[in-house]
Amino acid sequence: MSILVFIETENKAIKKNAQEAIAYAKAVANAQGGEVTALVMGDIDPSEAEKAGNFGASRVLHAADSKLEHDNSMAYASILAEVIQQESSELIILAKSGLADAVAARAAAKLKAGIVSGVTALPSFDGDGLTVQRSIFTGKAFSDTRITSKIKILVVNKNTIEVTPTTDTAVVETFSPTLNDKDFKATVQDTEKATGDILLTDADIIVSGGRGMKGPEHWQPLLELASALGAATGCSKPVSDLDWRPHHEHIGQTGIKVAPNLYIACGISGAIQHLAGVNGSKCIVVINKDPEAPFFKAADYGIVGDVFEILPKLTEAIKNR
Amino acid sequence: MKILVCITNVPDTTAKISLSDDQKSINKAGLPHIIGPYDDYALARGVELRDQSGGTLTVLHVGLADAEPQIRKALAIGADDAIRINMEPIDSYSTAEQIAAIAKEGQYDLILMGRESLDYNSGVVHGLVGEMLDIPSYSPVMKLEINGSTASITREIEGGKELLTCDLPLVLGCQEPIAEWKIPNMRGIMTARSKPLTVVEPTDAKSHTEPTGFSLPAPKGACKMISSDDVASLVNLLQTEAKVL
Repeated sequence: MSILVFIETENKAIKKNAQEAIAYAKAVANAQGGEVTALVMGDIDPSEAEKAGNFGASRVLHAADSKLEHDNSMAYASILAEVIQQESSELIILAKSGLADAVAARAAAKLKAGIVSGVTALPSFDGDGLTVQRSIFTGKAFSDTRITSKIKILVVNKNTIEVTPTTDTAVVETFSPTLNDKDFKATVQDTEKATGDILLTDADIIVSGGRGMKGPEHWQPLLELASALGAATGCSKPVSDLDWRPHHEHIGQTGIKVAPNLYIACGISGAIQHLAGVNGSKCIVVINKDPEAPFFKAADYGIVGDVFEILPKLTEAIKNR
Repeated sequence: MKILVCITNVPDTTAKISLSDDQKSINKAGLPHIIGPYDDYALARGVELRDQSGGTLTVLHVGLADAEPQIRKALAIGADDAIRINMEPIDSYSTAEQIAAIAKEGQYDLILMGRESLDYNSGVVHGLVGEMLDIPSYSPVMKLEINGSTASITREIEGGKELLTCDLPLVLGCQEPIAEWKIPNMRGIMTARSKPLTVVEPTDAKSHTEPTGFSLPAPKGACKMISSDDVASLVNLLQTEAKVL
């Protein structure tokens, strides 16, 4: 089986979520036979591109063109579809992100391919089809979904597979894509990107605050804990609605869905909409003064008490570990 | 300007999901349903744009008759008319094909929907529809202005945002803060009853995927409580037991 992985880059290197996508493809190749080829767009150092081999890709196709510097889902989808046809790829793997969903969707429509987004396990194969588990209702349930089209596209959630890097490297080949003017209709006027912050969707540890933090001026102890842990910071919906924290920190069913190894919730009661955004976390710690807070039912570890007393102690204990 | 807003009919965000005994379906009976929260933002911005620049706003739903209260609500909020395609939405692909067929026929300038549906969370229908119509698609859009035939779009990218301009027609997946949700007023509710709601039979669209069964997450084990005087032992447990530090 010919498996193609679409990988995203960050700072000229392979993005963390792409490592999981390659490892997922490799696991399928190990079970079914076949090779994993990775496709990467835009600006990446060749010495970084070959590291796709660390996670299981044998080849990397690098579509390089100065026109591809902005995340352009239309152009990326055209290139992906072109490569799928050239390589006769049957299974396409992407790591879930806003960009990946857009690229996968447009490529699927070009190729009349079945697409499943939100995949949470490895697939099983039967004849011409495959069946895979996906998250639905923001993780409140799962659906086994069967794909019957010849070309099959899977968009895989974070933490679906364990990544164990090797020292293998991939062969990097340059791919010269056919670019169509119709994919470049928009003009990017301005880009604002927070620099230095850890992306919530990429973070291994997240420290998150709710209304129990009592106001934006009281966030310092939470930020200090996050800094000691090298963690990203998030918040509940009421907190972003009140403008205590920026909107892009809002975690929940209608905000960002996260799946860190460790999620520490400070002064968040645990409304069902918030739980839906964090239920992919490996381990949840809840700190709340109310022993009846519903979040404790979804937590692995809990501390009942005043967050403003506990946070500095916890930061101290982390620093001393 | 002709605006098409696609809405989903999904269980309320507070709903607890349960399965049928044979695990072949989700129990929908008794679950309160709402317009998808992201679609509600798209609808609110669509109404504002229609009010500013004139034209019409049509609301489109792919689904069965049980969605009609939600469609009437969209009419009460300000849509001029509504179309319901009478089929159970099976997968993103076949749903997108239905939307694309209506959009092609109606020659809409702007097609708005939520960034994702709150039931299947795929977030791929806007991209599929855009490709099927051969026009650009962007998501998630946080700000939208229309000047003549050009759209100014602020979309969220990872860790930030991007401002871009693009000529219509366009397909956009929307999220907050593109507009405030609108609540229908009494006049809206009264006029909604007489606004046209056309039921259309689906075109012959092929779905490429089908759900074969459902499951619920494994119940979480009991939460281990730690005394607030012994925070150091939490760090120890996170290192040695949970192995996440």
